[in-house]
Amino acid sequence: MSRIYEAVIGLEVHIELKTGTKIFCACPTDFGAEPNTQCCPVCAGLPGTLPMLNEKVVEYAVKAGLATNCEIARYARFDRKNYFYPDLPKAYQISQYDMPLCERGHILIATGDGEKRIGITRIHIEEDAAKLVHDDRYGTLIDLNRAGIPLIEVVSEPDMRSAAEAVAYLKKLRSIVLYAGISDAKMNEGSMRCDVNISVRVAGEDKLGTRIEIKNLNSFVSVQRAVEYEFRRQVAALEAGESLIQETRRFEPSTGRTFSMRVKEDADDYRYFPEPDIPPIILDNAAIKRISASIPPLPDERRRTYMEKFGLSAYHSEQLVLERSVSDFFDAAAALTEHRQILASFILSEVLRYMGEGDAIAVSPAQIAAIADMLGSSRINGSGAKKLLGALWGTEGDPAELISALDLEQLSDRAALAELAKRTIAQHPNMVRDYKIGKQSALKALMGRAMSISGGKANPEILRELIVLELEGQ
Amino acid sequence: MIAITDMTALELSRALEAREISSTEITRAYLDRIDVKNGEIGAYLTVTYDEALKSASLSDSRRARGEALSAMDGVPVGIKDNICTKGVATTCASLMLKDYVPPYSATVIEKLESSGAVILGKLNMDEFAMGSSTENSALGKTRNPVDTSRVPGGSSGGSAAAVAARMAPYALGSDTGGSVRQPASFCGVVGLKPTYGRVSRYGVVAFASSLDQIGPITRDVRDCAAALQLISGFDGRDSVCSREEPPDFSGCLGLGIEGMKIALPEQFLVEAVAPDVRSSVLHAAEICEKLGARVDVVSMPSLENALPTYFIISSAEASSNLARFDGIGYGSSAPGIDSVDELYRKTRSMYFGPEVKRRIMLGTFVLSSGYYDAYYKKAVRVRTLIMREFNSFFERYDIVMTPTTPDTAWRFGERKSPMAVYLGDVCTVPANIAGIPAISIPCGADAGGLPIGLQLFAKAYNECGLLRAACALEDEFGGSGE
Repeated sequence: MSRIYEAVIGLEVHIELKTGTKIFCACPTDFGAEPNTQCCPVCAGLPGTLPMLNEKVVEYAVKAGLATNCEIARYARFDRKNYFYPDLPKAYQISQYDMPLCERGHILIATGDGEKRIGITRIHIEEDAAKLVHDDRYGTLIDLNRAGIPLIEVVSEPDMRSAAEAVAYLKKLRSIVLYAGISDAKMNEGSMRCDVNISVRVAGEDKLGTRIEIKNLNSFVSVQRAVEYEFRRQVAALEAGESLIQETRRFEPSTGRTFSMRVKEDADDYRYFPEPDIPPIILDNAAIKRISASIPPLPDERRRTYMEKFGLSAYHSEQLVLERSVSDFFDAAAALTEHRQILASFILSEVLRYMGEGDAIAVSPAQIAAIADMLGSSRINGSGAKKLLGALWGTEGDPAELISALDLEQLSDRAALAELAKRTIAQHPNMVRDYKIGKQSALKALMGRAMSISGGKANPEILRELIVLELEGQ
Repeated sequence: MIAITDMTALELSRALEAREISSTEITRAYLDRIDVKNGEIGAYLTVTYDEALKSASLSDSRRARGEALSAMDGVPVGIKDNICTKGVATTCASLMLKDYVPPYSATVIEKLESSGAVILGKLNMDEFAMGSSTENSALGKTRNPVDTSRVPGGSSGGSAAAVAARMAPYALGSDTGGSVRQPASFCGVVGLKPTYGRVSRYGVVAFASSLDQIGPITRDVRDCAAALQLISGFDGRDSVCSREEPPDFSGCLGLGIEGMKIALPEQFLVEAVAPDVRSSVLHAAEICEKLGARVDVVSMPSLENALPTYFIISSAEASSNLARFDGIGYGSSAPGIDSVDELYRKTRSMYFGPEVKRRIMLGTFVLSSGYYDAYYKKAVRVRTLIMREFNSFFERYDIVMTPTTPDTAWRFGERKSPMAVYLGDVCTVPANIAGIPAISIPCGADAGGLPIGLQLFAKAYNECGLLRAACALEDEFGGSGE
């Protein structure tokens, strides 16, 4: 490659709002219900039906706007986006076109070069379409449960320059909506879906390249892979002297490649016009203030608290705030122990690993705070803490009782540990030889043997000190 | 004794209250009358014999127990076939919905039922309410009871014909550009388009959402006030429906028009208006003055733009509203199709009539990128100007008075050019564009004996003033327009 290229990436993210009922009728919005059990004449777009706007949708969308530093419109309206598709019962989608609810916001993401600001062009409200289900026996079937689920579409500025930044943005956006409590934002269930706009250009140029849209990415990994693939594909095309065409592509996870769906010339004319069935949204300052007051502290605010008040590292702080449930858990436990750094590290390394993806934390903040205290006061070591966590998981057990019952108390008695050091060294003359000729790994190996003999209970710091003493004394 | 079917709705109500008659007797009389007349007039597309008799019998039991739901409990009514009736076909007089039976009822139907009304059946109309003669019905021909060689007007032609032919004491129609008032005028009965927002639109199959309004067609103004009372009021299913509590409309009547100020726009006294129609309107103006009102001939220049504005906005909204008829979820579906695009194309080609297609194409065009600003956007701006002009007139006048139509009912097939038909809506569309209430009452007949309609406009939510003026004039003209 003779020239250096950069990607220019913008995201359009659809997020389902968990308002409990649909945007224009009173049908429930629960995920995974039997097909066509959460629908009514309005969802089906039956002749004569009319939309009634769910006010909670506006409230949640305003929350999304405030949480992403947007300006909130005092006057916004709905428009009809007209097109024919079997998943669209009315043959138009009620959306917002030229007067969206929120505009000109931004969020911050962490990158290798520090914090970066990603602009939010706009956030607008719209209704979700029905779901088409392809059935071998009956062909394509329509499930109206999803029709009329409220969505916000969050459109970013083309401010991202790599797949990593795109994923970081998406994760941060997800974390913000989770904190604001407006969506489950589960990409695997489709309550958060992402379209990527990507073009490439020679680094340093101002002019944008030809924009390609990749539709309907439903995981962080897919976003990462699709952007990486598309970047390579576009660069290769330009290097080969080909020109790119503006088009919409789809990503195929099984091959990791993107395929053309349609080129821009085929684009529909949506014939947007103001929705006559819904009066405009009019918001005053008092309403916006009231909504603003109902937003809990957002991840950036919590992250700052962790760094400034608890002295946590930037990395640990960022990791803790990614999931609101984790951050809430940390906050509850941090109120019960002074050992916050140990607590953070233990939660991030051990509790999250134990939990696996999507599960709940099956221990209480008090139990974990007690473990942090025991680690902090050297009553147990890391290996004992792990065993203790395993024993406590899903129970209401008392950590203090369990360490005696499981005999996990750390061995810190110097005489006993000196004896252990001597014995280990005596048993492994070859390791001692290695140590003498300067192999650092030999010390680790000896430590491992000694720890194992102690049943994992030895205080590793004292033990290491005594082994070194013994070795140097020989 | 007067025949049951010659009594007004309020006369029937009084007879029911006095136990002089039962709802079953009334209903039977109407069903018999329909049996005799419908072959000739063609007002009804569906007659709900069994349901009507059942409702009547329930009403009689309620009255026997002293539990009447309203004064109108047991009085029958006919319904335009674009108003959804649960379990009863609602066709919009289109092949597209020929076999469509809605699973829910319109709010106005629920309101009628909760006041004890007996629904006689569903009335013919121009397909999807697009037309002015009911000749655009795909499901049958409706004749004007005054002269069966002539059209009844439209689009609520079946509703007006049914009331004029005594096949219903009153009926509901829908009015998007004059579809209640114009057929009322042609058939010599009373038709009211309420203020946009006075009556819930939930369940009326949408033609043009920002213009549609359900209204009653009745024998006289007193019935009109009573019918409006039954159907108006807030509805949590129509966002544009007003929360304003409807006044007692009947209570506004009988107060005369002394001191009222009436504007007579010169724009509707021009050559294009038939001489007989013009002189009837001028005669009505004289009566108003005689009754103590002041009448000024005024100029309302923006009215000249109402018609093109109406056709752009109504067609644009219609093109979107009618897109849902795609052969998938409900309604007719073209057979033997294997691609979804072909299904759309064939279904819509086969089951929509020519006028509906014309409006959809016009509406699609005016909303298309590149034309939107020149047509739709401009029309919306002109609409605002028309509203402003009406508002400024209503600061000085209580009523604006015009003919309902420039001409009287025409012969079948006489008006072949769509433009000629469209021009006939020139007097009625301003009320829909401005969202204000308007009523048509009979004010005489032309040389051929065909009814002429007088139209009155009032400011938004002033149905009271409108009905009061109409009632005073009607009393002077001599009752139910015969």
